[in-house]
Amino acid sequence: MSGTVNVRLKVNGDEHELQVEPRLLLVHALRDQLGLTGTHVGCDTSNCGACTVHLDGQSVKSCTVLAVQADGAEVTTIEGLGSEGDLHPVQEAFWNNHGLQCGYCTPGMIMAAAALLEENPKPSQQEIRRGLEGNLCRCTGYHNIIKSVLDASGQSVSEEVSA
Amino acid sequence: MSVTSAAPGGSVGAALRRKEDPPLITGMGRYIDDISITGTLWMAFVRSPEAHAKITSIDTSAAAARDGIVAVFTGADMADIGGPLPMAWVPPGVEVNNPEHWPLARDEVNHVGDPVAVVIGEDRYAVSDAIEDVVVEYESLPVVVDPEQAIAGGPLVHESLGTNKVHEWTLAGGDVEAGFAEADVIVERRVVNHRIAGAPIECRGVIADYRAGSLTLHSSTQVPHFVRLFMALLLGLTEDRVRVIAPDVGGGFGQKLQVYGEELTACWASKRLERPVKWVETRSENMSVAHQGRDQIAQVRMGAKRDGTITAWHVKILADFGAYNMILTPLIPSLGAFVMGGCYKIPNVQTDIVGVFTNKCPTDAIRGAGRPEATQMIEVTLDQLAHELELDMVEIRRRNFIPKEDFPAATATGVVYDSGDYHATLDRLLENFDIDAFRSEQQRLRSEGIYRGLGLCTWTEICGLAPSRITGPAGVGVQAGLWESAMVRVHNTGAVTVYTGTSPHGQGLDTAMAQIVADKLGVEASVVDVIHGDTGTGPEGRGTYGSRSLATGGEAVAKCTDKIVAKAKQIVAAELEAAAEDIVVENGKFSVKGSPDTGMALADVAGIAYIGAVPEGLEPGLEETTFYDPENFVFPFGAHACVVDVDAETGKASVIRYVAVDDCGNPINPMLIEGQVHGGVVYGIGQALYERVHYDSEGQLVTGTFVDYAIPTAAEIPMFETDRTVTPSPVNSMGVKGVGEAGTIAASAAVTNAVIDAIRPLGVDYMNMPLSPMRVWEAIHSEGDSES
Repeated sequence: MSGTVNVRLKVNGDEHELQVEPRLLLVHALRDQLGLTGTHVGCDTSNCGACTVHLDGQSVKSCTVLAVQADGAEVTTIEGLGSEGDLHPVQEAFWNNHGLQCGYCTPGMIMAAAALLEENPKPSQQEIRRGLEGNLCRCTGYHNIIKSVLDASGQSVSEEVSA
Repeated sequence: MSVTSAAPGGSVGAALRRKEDPPLITGMGRYIDDISITGTLWMAFVRSPEAHAKITSIDTSAAAARDGIVAVFTGADMADIGGPLPMAWVPPGVEVNNPEHWPLARDEVNHVGDPVAVVIGEDRYAVSDAIEDVVVEYESLPVVVDPEQAIAGGPLVHESLGTNKVHEWTLAGGDVEAGFAEADVIVERRVVNHRIAGAPIECRGVIADYRAGSLTLHSSTQVPHFVRLFMALLLGLTEDRVRVIAPDVGGGFGQKLQVYGEELTACWASKRLERPVKWVETRSENMSVAHQGRDQIAQVRMGAKRDGTITAWHVKILADFGAYNMILTPLIPSLGAFVMGGCYKIPNVQTDIVGVFTNKCPTDAIRGAGRPEATQMIEVTLDQLAHELELDMVEIRRRNFIPKEDFPAATATGVVYDSGDYHATLDRLLENFDIDAFRSEQQRLRSEGIYRGLGLCTWTEICGLAPSRITGPAGVGVQAGLWESAMVRVHNTGAVTVYTGTSPHGQGLDTAMAQIVADKLGVEASVVDVIHGDTGTGPEGRGTYGSRSLATGGEAVAKCTDKIVAKAKQIVAAELEAAAEDIVVENGKFSVKGSPDTGMALADVAGIAYIGAVPEGLEPGLEETTFYDPENFVFPFGAHACVVDVDAETGKASVIRYVAVDDCGNPINPMLIEGQVHGGVVYGIGQALYERVHYDSEGQLVTGTFVDYAIPTAAEIPMFETDRTVTPSPVNSMGVKGVGEAGTIAASAAVTNAVIDAIRPLGVDYMNMPLSPMRVWEAIHSEGDSES
C-alpha cells in the first residue's frame, strides 16, 4: 500500500501520534490502533450509528471519517464519557431505564444522546426521536431508549409521553 | 424505572436493573471484533455475483501474489472436511431433498453471495483488496426466484434432484372437509408473508485458533454447543479438543442459530495454517448470505357458522427455502402448524406444507420462526370472516376462544396448550383501550379525510423449546434433545457462580437467573454470577432460541439450585441439631422453622462444605449439575391493539398507538418482560410496514445494505402501552413462559388488520404485507383486492 501519514489526535484527553494509511477510517484507528473497542461498526453505509463518537464536541459517525480528516482534533469515545463508578448521566439513565439489550448499538446511541442533550437540554419526545433517527437499535424497540434520554434530561417520562 | 437491589428473598418479581449493563454502557463489552489474538490472520470471502452458475475456472494467482497475502483457498482445497454443512431435521416417514451444501462452492453457485474462495492475509484491508484479484469465470444457468414458478416446473436449482420440491409435510386434526360442509360461510385468501432479514446490529464474526491439537473458536453465535459438535465432526477432532466461546453477542434474532460455513472455513484454515484466523462479516455480506426468514405463501380457507363459530381451517403453505437447507430450514413452517388453531377452539384444522428451493439466500429461524406466519394467517382471515358476517372484531374472537376451563387444552391436532385465559387478557386490553371512543373518533376523522384504523391480534404461540420426546428423533425429528443444563457452584465464601447451557445475547438472563438463584439461597442477586456461552466451562448445553432460555434454561437453574438447597439443609440440620425437613430459608438465613434468629447464612454453610467437616454420608463441596427436559412446551398468549393512520394521498401508514397485553406466566423481572415485548413488537411492525428482502427477476439482491433495507428508526415508532395478566404455566416449577418472540408473533397481524380497517372506506377489503406506501397507494387505486 502507498505510504503512511502522520496524524495527531487527542482522544479522551490523551495525545496520540499515529502513522496511518490515508484511507484508514477513524473508527479503525480508534479500535485497532488505540485499542478503544467500545466504538462499534454495524454497517458499511453510515446508516446504523453504532460508531458514533464526538469530534471536537460534535457527534459524528466515525466509519465515515478518515483518520487523516481528524488530524489535530479532539475525539471523545464511550470510554471517555464515563466509567463504572463515574458514569455520565446518560449512561446511568440507560442502565436505570433498561435502555439496552444486546448492547451493540449502545455506545453509539449514548454518544448521540449525550451530544443531543448538549445542544438541547430539555428535548421533547419527538425531538429525541428525530435526534436519534441516525442510530439503529434492533432490540429495544426504542421505547426505553427514549425513556432513558428523557430521564437523563431530568424530565418525567410519564408527563412527557402523555403530553 | 428499575430498582438497584432487592433484599434476600425479594428478587423474583422485582424490576432489578441488569447485571449485564455496566460493561456495555462504558465501552467495556467484548464482542467478536474486540478480541485480538497475537499472530492472527484475517480472512475475506470471494462471493458469487451470479444467482445460478457453473464455476468454469478460478484463478487465485494474482491475489496470492499480493503483499500481505498468506493463502487463497477454494472448495477443492477443502476436500478433506468430513462432509457438507449440516441439516438436522429428519422427520420420520417424510422424504426431505437435501442437496450437498459446502462451505466453499464446488462447481456450482446457487445464490448471489455463495462463497467461492477465501483469501487469508495479514490485515483486514489487505484481504479486502485481494479478493478483487481472484478471477472466477462463470457459465450462467437459468435462475428461478419466484417460489410458485419454482414449484410449477421452473428452472431447477439443483439439477441432480430433478425437482425444486424440498418436502411435503401435513399436520391435521378432525376432518376439514366435513367442517367446511357444516359452514354457512367460507372465506378464502392468499396470505403472503414476505422475506425479511434478521439484521442484528452486530454482523457475524469468528476467530478460530487451532494450536497443539486443540481448537478454540470464538463465534458470534446463539448455539456454541451445536457449533462445537459440528466443528469436531467435520474437522475430524474429538469434542474434548474443541472449545467454542460466544463472547458478548450483538443481537441474534435466530440468524445466529446456525452452523455456518464461515465458521468451518475459519477453523479449517487455522488448522491448515497453524495461525489464528479472524473473519468479521460486512453488512452487505450479512444482508446477502446470513440466513433470512419468513417467505411463505399460504392459500387459506376458513369456514364458519353464521354466528361466527369456526368449523374448519385449512392452510396450504408454499415455503421458499432459498438455495439450501440450513440447520433447521424445513422445520420452520411446521412450528407454525403446531399452533395453527391459534387461541381458538377449532374442531377441524389442517396445515399442508410444501418446501421449495429457489436461487436466493437460504431461510431458517428468524424471531418467531413459523409462528408469526401462522398468526398472520389466522388473525387476518378472522377479520375477513368478521367483515363477511358483519360481526364485531372483538365478538368473533370471544365466540371462538378456547375457554379457561378447557386447560390444559388438547387442540384438534393433538398439541396440548398448557394454560390460558384468553377472555381475561382481552378484557384487560379493553380496559386499556376504549373501542367505542375509538370508533366515534375514527368516524369524525374520516369526515376530515383522515383514515385511521384499528387492528386486533389475539394470539398464542408455542415456545420453551423443547420436550425432547416430542421434538427429538423419535418425535418430530430434530436430531437433538432440546433439554437444558445448569451447574450451580457455591464458593467457599458464599459467592455463587451459575453456568447455564443457554447462550443469551441481550435478553437479560444473567439478571433473571441470578434473581431465581438468589431467592432460593437467601442471598442478594448481586453475589450470583451467571456464565454462559463457553463450552469449556460448564456442561453440554443447547443455546438460546425459541423463547426457551427462562422456561427451559431457567427451570434447569432452579432445579439445580434446589439440589444445593437440599444439601445445604442437611449441613445446617447437623449443625443446629434439627431435622433437615425443618430447615427453611428466610431473611437470608437457613434456620429451623420458627427460630429465625439462630440460622446460618449461605457463606457459613459453604464454609462447612469446603473447610469444615460435612455430616457423615455427604460429600464435601457445594456444587450441583442438572439436566432438565420439560414435559411440554409453554404457550404464552396475549391481546394486542394497533392504531394506524394512513395518508390516502401517499399511501403511507404510521403506527400512532400500540397497546400490548401479554401473559407469559409468573414474572421473574417485569422490566425485562416489557423490554422483550417492545423490541418484539417493533420487529413485527418493521416487517409489516418497512422491511422486505427483495430480489429482482435475475436473482440479484436489491436490498443489500441498510440504505435499501429499512429497519425501523426511533422516528417511526410510538411509545408503547403494555400490561399483563398472569396465568402460570403448570409445566415448570416457576410457572413461567417465554416472551422473547411474543411481540413479533402478534404485531404484524395487528398492524395489517389496522391498515385494512383504515382503508376499507376507500374500497380495500384485503391486502398483504409489506404495507409500504406504494403498495397501499396501489391498493387504494386499484380495482378489487390486492393479494399479490
